[in-house]
Amino acid sequence: MLEITGLKKEYGGREAVRDLTFSLDRGELVCVVGPSGCGKTTLLRCVAGLLPATAGTVSVAGERVSGPPPNMAVVFQEYGRSLFPWLTVRENVELPLKERRIARIFRERLVFDSLAAVGLGDVPGAYPWQLSGGMQQRVAIARAIAYEPQVLLMDEPFAAVDAQTRAELEDLILALWQRLGTTTLFVTHDIDEAVYLGQRVVVLSSSPTVVLEDLKIDLPAERDQLTTRALPRFADLRGHVYAQIQRAKGAR
Amino acid sequence: MRGIVRVFGLPVLLVLAWWAYSAVADNFYVPDPLRVAQAFADTWFGQRLLDDALPSVGRLAAGYVVATVIGVGLGVPIGLSTRLRATAEPVLEFFRAIPPPVLVPLIMLLVGIDDTMKVLVIVSGCVWPILLNTVEGVRALDEVLADTCRMYGISRWHLILRGASPQIMAGLRQSLSVGIILMVISEMFASSSGLGFTIVLFQRGFQIAEMWSGILLLGLLGFALSTAFRWLERRILFWHWSNRA
Amino acid sequence: MSRTISGAAYGAAGLAALLAVLEAVPRLGLVDARFLPPASEILAELGGLLATPELWIALAETLRGWALGLGVAFVAAVAVGVVIDLIPGLRAASNSTIEFLRPIPSVALIPLATLLFGASLGSTLLLVVYAAFWQVLIQVLYGVADVDTVARDTARSYGLGRWSVIRHLVWPTALPYIMTGLRLAAAVAFILAITAELVIGSPGLGLEIQTAQSGGAVPTVYALVVLTGLIGIAVNAGVRMLERRVLAWHPSVRGATR
Repeated sequence: MLEITGLKKEYGGREAVRDLTFSLDRGELVCVVGPSGCGKTTLLRCVAGLLPATAGTVSVAGERVSGPPPNMAVVFQEYGRSLFPWLTVRENVELPLKERRIARIFRERLVFDSLAAVGLGDVPGAYPWQLSGGMQQRVAIARAIAYEPQVLLMDEPFAAVDAQTRAELEDLILALWQRLGTTTLFVTHDIDEAVYLGQRVVVLSSSPTVVLEDLKIDLPAERDQLTTRALPRFADLRGHVYAQIQRAKGAR
Repeated sequence: MRGIVRVFGLPVLLVLAWWAYSAVADNFYVPDPLRVAQAFADTWFGQRLLDDALPSVGRLAAGYVVATVIGVGLGVPIGLSTRLRATAEPVLEFFRAIPPPVLVPLIMLLVGIDDTMKVLVIVSGCVWPILLNTVEGVRALDEVLADTCRMYGISRWHLILRGASPQIMAGLRQSLSVGIILMVISEMFASSSGLGFTIVLFQRGFQIAEMWSGILLLGLLGFALSTAFRWLERRILFWHWSNRA
Repeated sequence: MSRTISGAAYGAAGLAALLAVLEAVPRLGLVDARFLPPASEILAELGGLLATPELWIALAETLRGWALGLGVAFVAAVAVGVVIDLIPGLRAASNSTIEFLRPIPSVALIPLATLLFGASLGSTLLLVVYAAFWQVLIQVLYGVADVDTVARDTARSYGLGRWSVIRHLVWPTALPYIMTGLRLAAAVAFILAITAELVIGSPGLGLEIQTAQSGGAVPTVYALVVLTGLIGIAVNAGVRMLERRVLAWHPSVRGATR
C-alpha cells in the first residue's frame, strides 16, 4: 500500500536521511521510532509529499508521490497549530470534505460519525481553543478519518499531551484502526508507544538516517494498557528496541 | 449607578471646569460650553451636514476602500514570495516613512484639486500601513496550518486571508487614523467644501464657537469611526483574542 | 550570513528599479516632466539643496519642534500615567475620557493652533504634543497594568514605600511598554511637525515644501519630500536603537518586540 524505496534527503549538501527502504501492506499499522533528531519528521514530510526527496521514491497504492496525494491524511504533532482557530470543531472537520465537493448529506454524515468516533459528538459548535490539548488532537484525528484516506500518517501526535491523555488517545487510535483498517504509519520517539501500538516497528539510526531494524511485534492483537504492557514479551521487545537505539546513538 | 459615575463622572467634571474657566477668564478663544453646543446644533444640524460632512466622509470611505484593495492585493503576493519581499521591502519602508501630509502638494501637482485629488491623497497615505502589515501577516502564516491545507487539499486563499487577518486589521486600524488626518488636510489645502475647509473658514472669520463646534464634530467622527472599527475587529478576530488569552 | 547579503542585493535592486521607473516615466512622456521630474533631476536638486544653509536651518526647525513636542508629551504622559496608577479608582474613572479624547484627530486642532500661536513653533508644539501624548499614555497604562499583583502585594508587605514600589517594581515592568509608546509617538510626532509647518506655515521643512509648491518649483517639492522620507527612516531607526539600548539589561523584552 505504501512503499518507500531508497529515500534520501539532503539539505544544502548535508545528508539528513541517507537511505530508507520499507513498506506497509494494506491495513497495517507500523510505528517508526528513532533517537531524537534522526530525521523522523523529514521522513514523514517526504512520505506526505510535502517535501521533495533528493533521491528514492515513495508510492501509495502503486502511484508515485510527487505532491500531497489525495488519498492520504496527516495528523500533526502541533495540534494547536494544525486546526483553524477561526472555525468550529465541526467546520474544521468539514472543510476538507467541502473542498472535495462531497455532497452535503454525505458530508454531514461523515462529520457526525467521525466526531462521535473520537468521542466529541457533543462539542461540534466549540472552537478548538476552547478545548484541552487532548481534545484538540481528537478533532485533528476526526478530521483525518472523515477524509477517508487510504493511508494515515501520524507525526508524533501525542508528544505534547500529558501521560493520561496520551494513553487514552493511544487506545483511541487502536480502536479506530481495528474498526476502519486504515493503513497507518505512526512516527514517534517513544519506544513504549511504538511497541504498544505497532504490528511492526521500524527502528531508525541517528542522522544520516538508515533503517536499523524492521521488527515484527508478536504481541496479541487485542491490546490493553494494563495487561499488554505487563506482558514479559512486551518488556523484551521494548528492551530490544531500546538497546538498538542506544547503539545508534553510540555509533554517532 | 457606580458604573454611570465611572463613565460620566470625569467628563462632567471636565465640562464643568471648562464652563467655570470660560465664565471667570472671559477668554475670547474659549467660549462657554453652552454657546458651543448651541453653535453645534445651529451649524451642523441642517444643510451643512449634507454639503460638507457627508462628502468628506464619502471621500474618506472611497480612499480607504481603494487603499485596502491595493494594500491587500499587493501585500499577499509580496508576502508569499521571499524574493519579491526582499526586493520590495526597502522601497516600501521608504514610502511608509514619508509623512503622508507632504503628499498633498505632490498629488495636487499631478491631478489638480478636485475630488480625485482628495481621494488619491487618502489612498496614498492609507495604503502603506495596510500593505506592510499584510506582507508581514502573510509572511508569518503558520507553517503547520499551511501543511495542513496542502495535505487536505484546502485552498490556500482560505488560510491566507483568514490567517493574516489579525495583521491586516492592525494595518487597517493604523490607516484609519491616517485617513482622517488626510481627509481634513486635503480639504484645508484646496477646497470649497468639506469639514476641513469649513473649520478653517470659521477660524478665518473668527467665528470661535462655530470653529469649536467643528473641532468637536471631527472629534466625534474620530471617536465614532474608531468605535465602529473596534466593534468590527472584535467580530472578525474573536478567535484571535481568545486564542491568545 | 549569505542570506542577508543576497537580501540586501535584492533590496538594492528594488530601489534601483524604483529609480529607473521614476527616471523613465517622465522621459518617455508618460507623465508630463513638469509635474514629475526624472529621478536624476530630483536627486540632483536634493544634492543642491543640501548645500544651502537655508535647508539646514529648516531641518533644524523641524527637528526642534519634533524633539520638544515629543519630550513634553512623553514627560506629561508618563506623569499622568503614574498619577492614574497611584490614585485608586482613577483608572476606571478616566477610561471613558481617554477613550473619547484619544481618537480625536490632532489635525482638528489646526484652526485653534492658528488662532492661538499663528505660524510659529507654538502651533507645531500644540499638534505634536496632542498627537504624541496619547500614544505614550496608552502604553504607560498597559505597562502599569502588567505589574504582577502578587509582586505588588509582596513589595507592600515588606514595607516598601509607594515611591520604592514605583521605582523598583512599576517602572521596570512598564519600561518596555513605555519604549514602545515612545517609538510610536516619535513617528506620529514627526508627521504632525511636518503637517503643522505645511498647513499652518510654522517654520521648517513643511513650510519649505509649501513655499516651493506655490512657487512652482516642482523638482524642489519632490526633493524635499524625498528628504522627509529619509528623515522619517532615520527617526525610526534612531528610536529603535535607543529602545534596544535602554532595554538591553531588561529580563523581559516581551513588550518591546512587538
